[in-house]
Amino acid sequence: MSFLAAPPTLAHYLVLAAILFAISMAGIFLNRKNVIILLMAIELMLLAVNLNFIAFSSFLDDMAGQAFVFFILTIAAAESAIGLAILVLLFRNVGSIDVEDLDRLKG
Amino acid sequence: MNTQAFLFYVFAAILVFAAMRVVTARNPVHAALWLVLAFFTAAAHWLMLRAEFLAIALVLVYVGAVMVLFLFVVMMLDVNFDTLRSQFRSYVPVGATVFALVLLEMALVLLGNRPVGIAAGTAPTPPGGNTRALGRLLYTDYVYPFEIAAVVLLVAIIAAIALTHRRRRETKYQDPGAQVKVRAADRLRIVSMKSEKRES
Repeated sequence: MSFLAAPPTLAHYLVLAAILFAISMAGIFLNRKNVIILLMAIELMLLAVNLNFIAFSSFLDDMAGQAFVFFILTIAAAESAIGLAILVLLFRNVGSIDVEDLDRLKG
Repeated sequence: MNTQAFLFYVFAAILVFAAMRVVTARNPVHAALWLVLAFFTAAAHWLMLRAEFLAIALVLVYVGAVMVLFLFVVMMLDVNFDTLRSQFRSYVPVGATVFALVLLEMALVLLGNRPVGIAAGTAPTPPGGNTRALGRLLYTDYVYPFEIAAVVLLVAIIAAIALTHRRRRETKYQDPGAQVKVRAADRLRIVSMKSEKRES
C-alpha cells in the first residue's frame, strides 16, 4: 500500500476536485430536463471549486483563499434561494419544471 | 500507514460516490439527501485542510439551510419525475463523453504543470485559531466585499419573497391606512327632517 505511506499532496486534492467537477458537468447533461437536479449539479460544481480554493489556501499558507470561499458560499446561498423561488413561480405558472416546456420567449 | 492519507481516500471515495448518486438518483429527494452527504464529506476534507470555520459554516449554512430549502421545494412540487427522466438513457453517451473530456483536460493541465512540488503548509496555527484569522481578514482587507455580500443577501431575501408572494383576492384583511384615514362623514350621514307628529 505505497499510496497510503505519505500524507495527501496538493495534487490529490486537485484531482479530487477535478473528478467532482466532471461528475457535476456530466450531471448537467444527464438531467437536462429536470431543473432541480440542474441546480444541485451547480451546487456540486461550486463545491469542487471551493475545495480547490481551500486546498491552495492550506498548502500555500494564505488565508485569502478561505476569504474567497466565504464569499462564494454567500453568493451561492443567495443564488440557490432565488433559483428555487423562480422554480416555484415557474411551476405555479407553467405546471411543469421540464426545461423543454420553457420556450415562451422564442420570438 | 499514514492516517491522513487513509482518511483522505475514505472521504474522497464517499464524496465521489455521493456526487455520482446526486446526478443519477431516480428520485430528487434522494438526490438532495445524497447532496447532503457530499457536503458533509467535503466539510470533513476542509477540516483536514485546517479550514475549521468554513467546514462548520458549510455544514450549518448548506446542510442546515440550503439543502432544507431544496427538500422543501422538491416535496412541495407535485411533479411526475419519471416523465422528466424519460430520455435519461439517451443522454448517457453525451454525458459520459463530457465527463471523460472534462476529466482529460483537467488531467492534462495537472500533469503539465506539476503542482505536486508544493509542500504542505507548515505555518503554525495562528493564536485564536482559524476562525479568528479569517475574521481578522474579513473585517480588515475584505471589509468592502463583506458589505457587498451582505447587500447581496438582502437582495436575495427580498427577491425570493417578492417572487413567491401572491396576494389572494378572496382573503379578507384589514387595511390600517384606510382605517386611520376615515372621517366621520364617510361613515355617518346627518339628515335634517321635520319631526313628525305622533298619531293619536
